[in-house]
Amino acid sequence: MHEMSLAEGIRSIVEDAAIAQGFTKVNAVVLEVGALSSVEIEALRFCFEVVMKGSVAEGARMEVDTIAGTGWCLPCAKTVAIDYLYDPCPHCGSYQVQATGGTEMRVKALDVETAPRGV
Amino acid sequence: MCTVCGCGAGEVMIGRPSGAAQRKKAPTTGWKMASVEAAHDHAHEPVEPHAPASDHAGHMHFGHGPAHAHAPGLSQHEMVRIEQDILGKNDRFADTNRQWLAGRGIFALNLVSSPGSGKTTLLCKTIEILSSRVAVAVIEGDQQTEFDAERIRATGAPALQINTGKGCHLDAAMVGQALPRMALIDNSLLLIENVGNLVCPSAFDLGEAHKVVILSVTEGEDKPLKYPDMFAAADVMLLNKTDLLPHLSFDADKAVEFALRVNPRLKVFRVSATTGEGFDGWLAWIESGLSAAAANGQQKNHEENTLAAGY
Repeated sequence: MHEMSLAEGIRSIVEDAAIAQGFTKVNAVVLEVGALSSVEIEALRFCFEVVMKGSVAEGARMEVDTIAGTGWCLPCAKTVAIDYLYDPCPHCGSYQVQATGGTEMRVKALDVETAPRGV
Repeated sequence: MCTVCGCGAGEVMIGRPSGAAQRKKAPTTGWKMASVEAAHDHAHEPVEPHAPASDHAGHMHFGHGPAHAHAPGLSQHEMVRIEQDILGKNDRFADTNRQWLAGRGIFALNLVSSPGSGKTTLLCKTIEILSSRVAVAVIEGDQQTEFDAERIRATGAPALQINTGKGCHLDAAMVGQALPRMALIDNSLLLIENVGNLVCPSAFDLGEAHKVVILSVTEGEDKPLKYPDMFAAADVMLLNKTDLLPHLSFDADKAVEFALRVNPRLKVFRVSATTGEGFDGWLAWIESGLSAAAANGQQKNHEENTLAAGY
């Protein structure tokens, strides 16, 4: 259940940003998650809700932008699209494909509410 | 998966009573419902577009909130660009550990596997053979108990136990706290035995030189395909308990082939921690890593001394 640790990582990033940028409420957290990364979105969504309680992101939506998986095919000597780490090259069928993209797990952006100004 | 918000089934697949699990097409294949609207049976808050309306100094502003919310007294919606790795903090701790180890010429390995693959026995055997030639120390990760550290100490090697409590993996901060407490010797070997778990430790860099995954022949040969993340993260695979092969239907070649499908760069050694079979290759690999780490540490120290002397 390392998704709990990932959710804690997200909370820490959000809280650091809240201090640095002075916002008090987060409506949505936009994540960038690679198709080949070791995160299970549904498990993360569950942990996210639990871990964000009591933070500026309590009740925030978790939005996910999925990044396509890519790998370097040695026989073809080019980058090819793969959906799973064990997928063969879609062109030559070889399993000599090393994952190169789609492994990221990032907090991309936050939809935040800033404090009222003026008045 | 919902194509609007990303919520939905993820990678979870549930088998059908009559047969094989339906493999969901990966989100990356552009899977779309025939009619998103029709199939969309859960509500969404109105979502602002992700593209920024204006973008300066790492800030993306989104229309200044609904109804021109920059008017005094109204709160504002803002999209703040973050672009940080979720595990960025762990990775920074791992970098610190890696530098700390490199400065001392210490070769560190992170041993990962499912519970029961024979990690501790393998460590004991490795220490038994290597300890006459090089200093070896061990960090033991388990949820509870000090049993494994005691087994290691019985070999004469110093061992520090980290209990993760409910945690399912070691992280770089835990290892960072352990390192200075261990009185590690320069140019030595540090073996970190992670929590027995073939899933979670794959994502956490501890600052090691290599992850070593251990698969035993009493498990299924399809494990590299069932748990690909760990085999992708590792540089070395030890196929352990090979002395039991005559008694099993385990297809060792198939297991290696599956592991190489996930990670074509994986270096594989077939070993038995009980009989010592196949240990020559594994130990030779460790020794070449030790020499490289020692040479690197020496060079680092030389550079630091040169800098300190003001050359």
